[in-house]
Amino acid sequence: MAKKSNSYVLIYTIILTVVCGSLLGIASQALKPFKEANEAFDTKKNILGTTMDLTGKSAKEVNELYSKLVVASYVVDASGKKLEITVDKVSVSDEYPKPIAERKLPVYEIADPAKPGEVGYYVFPMWGFGLWDSIWGYVALKSDLKTIEGTIFLHKGETPGLGARITEKEIQSRFKGKSIMEGSDLTVVQMQKGEGNDYSGKPHKVDGMSGATITAVGLNKMLVQYFEAYKSYMASKSGGEVSLVTQ
Amino acid sequence: MAENTATVEEVKEIVSEPLFSKKNRKLITDPLDGDNPITVQVLGICSALAITAQMKPALVMGVAVVFVMCCSSLVTSLIRNTIPSSIRIVVQLAVIATFVIVVNELLLAFVYDVAKDLGAFIGLIITNCIVMGRLEAFATNNKPWPSFLDALGNAFGYAIILVIVAFFRELLGAGSLFGFKVFEAVGLDYQGNGLMLLPAGAAIVVGLLIWAQRSWNGYVEEA
Repeated sequence: MAKKSNSYVLIYTIILTVVCGSLLGIASQALKPFKEANEAFDTKKNILGTTMDLTGKSAKEVNELYSKLVVASYVVDASGKKLEITVDKVSVSDEYPKPIAERKLPVYEIADPAKPGEVGYYVFPMWGFGLWDSIWGYVALKSDLKTIEGTIFLHKGETPGLGARITEKEIQSRFKGKSIMEGSDLTVVQMQKGEGNDYSGKPHKVDGMSGATITAVGLNKMLVQYFEAYKSYMASKSGGEVSLVTQ
Repeated sequence: MAENTATVEEVKEIVSEPLFSKKNRKLITDPLDGDNPITVQVLGICSALAITAQMKPALVMGVAVVFVMCCSSLVTSLIRNTIPSSIRIVVQLAVIATFVIVVNELLLAFVYDVAKDLGAFIGLIITNCIVMGRLEAFATNNKPWPSFLDALGNAFGYAIILVIVAFFRELLGAGSLFGFKVFEAVGLDYQGNGLMLLPAGAAIVVGLLIWAQRSWNGYVEEA
């Protein structure tokens, strides 16, 4: 067959596609268990990372810390009811497209290092959409379920140097100490437009990211949506908390 | 020039060429200095600016490019006589893309943190002009072994610059190397220079490197 003929080119491309495609399929399937293990470990690291600095910690240390500090993990629904399912069966990204009432919502309880036996922080995973693609994160609330202890935000495709800055420690630490409640009403902290402003006295506002307003809007929407979803759970929990105090 | 190569080809058919003949050695050594893809040809600059803030991602990126270039040059050279010229760029891209995705999968499986740091840049090896440039300029017209050496030389030329730039950026920007606090270890109080961690810092280091290299080897751009 002549090398320039259309049928040669057509057959060549088909063979090329099949060969490349099968190679990629094999590679992807063979490496799947490793990737899944890495993802599970990364989730652990992010959950712990909301309340402590893990830089320089080895994988073993992180695993030990996780099994020591994460005292409970379970799944609730939007009405605050615990579900008969474990957290590892729930993918936050798969739940995200569902209506809030149908979402399965994981909760992680982290022990208070200062007061052994008591829950110090509650970590809530979240999912949303930034400018280009998905953004997600973990927010840790103190045991009062109002004050933010720490946050971890991640993204798939935000602009490097602009929206991608949500992964930076400096941006994430701006949320520390901010509040999601005003009295008994949900008033979720929101990132403001513009950068370099002082919001230290304002519990519901954090300084924005210059040039990344749309990412910040997506971040704000994600925070509001998920705290709305967890509202009933948090209300039932803080009711329990009060009774604990009176004992 | 064309005549020269023609005669060399003829000679090669009579006496088989040693694996590391002078010509083959030049394929590796040239891109390291006199024909360096970054500092002389000024290719692959975007990734050189983006992932050189720390040693580890720079090194992994260098290794990834070495792997992708060697494999895709070898494969392209092996199938060079079957490739229809009308779709040769598509074929080259498919070969490169396959290897890049394999590298990405391997990184995600074995060095997850680094893979996350490098993010889109591993995928962008596909469009790294050095890789395609060598396939189009060399591997499509040469035998597998010289193509492999040419790819190795060019990829090393790229990787070396990445590592040198990352060395200065991490050292001056964060006071560390591979995350190890160098200045603290020797008892010096060093305030990291934030500019070095920004892409602008890379542009400065690459510029200084080009200057140093050209004053050393006397390379002058042809007008």
